[in-house]
Amino acid sequence: MNIANKANRLTPYVFMAPAAIILAVALLYPIGYMIYASFLDWSPSQRIGEADFVGLRNYVNLMHDAAFRESFWVTVKFAAVVVTLEMFIGVGLALLLDRNIKGMSFLRTIFILPMMIAPIVVGLMWRYMYHPTVGIFNRTLKDWGFEGIPWLSDSTWAFVAVVMADVWQWTPFIFILSLAAMQSLPRSALEAAEIDGASDMQKVIHIKLPLMLPVLIVTLMLRLIDAFKVLEVIMVLTNGGPGLSTEIVAMRIFRTAQEFQELGEAAAMSNTLLMVLMALTIGMFAYNKMQEGRAAKMQAMAAKGTA
Amino acid sequence: MSVQKETQNPLFYMLIVVLVVMSLGPILLMLATSFKTNVDVYDSSVSAFFFAPTLANYETVLCDVLWYEPSHVDYCDPTFGRALGNSLFVALVSTGLTLFMGCMAAYALVRFKFMGRGTVSMTTLLMRMVPPAVLLVPVFGIWTFQYGLDGTFTGIILVYTAMNLPFVIWILQSFIVQVPIQLEEAARMDGANPIQIFFLVVLPIIKPGLAAAAIFTFRIAWNEFLLGNALLDRNTRTVPVTIVNSITEYDINWGVIMATGMLLAIPPIIFTFVASKQIITGMTAGAVKG
Repeated sequence: MNIANKANRLTPYVFMAPAAIILAVALLYPIGYMIYASFLDWSPSQRIGEADFVGLRNYVNLMHDAAFRESFWVTVKFAAVVVTLEMFIGVGLALLLDRNIKGMSFLRTIFILPMMIAPIVVGLMWRYMYHPTVGIFNRTLKDWGFEGIPWLSDSTWAFVAVVMADVWQWTPFIFILSLAAMQSLPRSALEAAEIDGASDMQKVIHIKLPLMLPVLIVTLMLRLIDAFKVLEVIMVLTNGGPGLSTEIVAMRIFRTAQEFQELGEAAAMSNTLLMVLMALTIGMFAYNKMQEGRAAKMQAMAAKGTA
Repeated sequence: MSVQKETQNPLFYMLIVVLVVMSLGPILLMLATSFKTNVDVYDSSVSAFFFAPTLANYETVLCDVLWYEPSHVDYCDPTFGRALGNSLFVALVSTGLTLFMGCMAAYALVRFKFMGRGTVSMTTLLMRMVPPAVLLVPVFGIWTFQYGLDGTFTGIILVYTAMNLPFVIWILQSFIVQVPIQLEEAARMDGANPIQIFFLVVLPIIKPGLAAAAIFTFRIAWNEFLLGNALLDRNTRTVPVTIVNSITEYDINWGVIMATGMLLAIPPIIFTFVASKQIITGMTAGAVKG
């Protein structure tokens, strides 16, 4: 009896143990290690114990590193542009397509394809389409009698090119989330508006969008966090070039570690990126909590009202 | 749901057609190009979609695993065939491990309540935000110098499992919460121990959740490039790594590289068509339910 009891009390720990061990060994420890490594002068041929402790030097270097500041700016610009475009197009499409039509689920299946395919492959497809002579864009332009566009070799166009690829890949994410949110809206509010004679536009602005706002904000945050992580598509398309025009921070980390072999500096960059993302995530979590709190209060008030 | 009475505007259907063409277009173009000879690719008089198709590109890629020797291949490069095998192995094993550990952990978190659900979703969100690029430096350092796992399958499977665990635990939790506790109590009355209850009662019920989690995990392990590139060596490389290595600045053999890309894209595409419902559940669970 006693042994059985003890076994039962141990059960949760037994169930947790494998996952906890893996997470500790392969996720938490590396992240902690990276924070430590960002204070070291470290090259890949050295063990970490042999690397010299240099305090904040890597961070100071970063601050003075014009290339890093540039890539930080590119990242922010990229994330802002991409997320804004995707939110507008995605939510707009969801508003337009929120009807009972046959084949909606098939449509959704088609729309999630771009997200499921490897980013590397997405990069390949778009690189082929942007090809200066054989790419479909320039071939079409030439057929119509226009000049070809230097998609990937001009710094402004290269930025446009990576933005377009990302919008193609991720707008469906926003679309699907906002469509799901829209279809779970309370029907009563919409029907009440209909009875009061609200136009479609009024319904969208005064009822649908405000009610969807919490989900839209969470969607925006999720997408924003992911936009900071984009790397492979840009790597295949432009490899950060021409110049530094499309070199986002993730790309810079990769190159600092792989090409320049400056692991300490790459760790400091990783840390900086991590802190930005941490701030975003905590902001999102706080917002969620606030919403929950408000919903609970409203419910309590409603309960009091009926009592 | 009220039935729409008004007939839809023809513009509405046009919009849908345009959207479908836009999202499928690039994929179809890749598919078409993978059947094109390199000569046709560079010949601007040949249409993008209408040309004499050939399987030669796929034969070049897969020459190592084909049962016959394609006549046009002078030298068979075994890289791609081997990489496909590696990718499959790594993705399957890490998916299996992640699911196994993830469902046990999720069950413990839900049923034994020794950590709040709030803590878990917070941790999951925090983990979700960590970009692979940030893991690059520490994982490379630790795996090479401390664990001695660089270039091994064990090493890469360990990273992928750890990367996917938080999400899997999180998504499975939401399914386990819905399992009626009475079922488990009944099984306990019949003398089942916790392990039996879990494997024989709970797991069969949460199959849809397991499917969703499996697809997400497989996809990430199958598509990942960055860490694979840092950790794997010539013999253990996965497909994304070989693709990037074979892209050169000039003179890309587009037909062959598109065939490789297609082979990499096929499993996720199949999953999407088979289980789009589960995928959408997994995607929306985070944002819509909070």
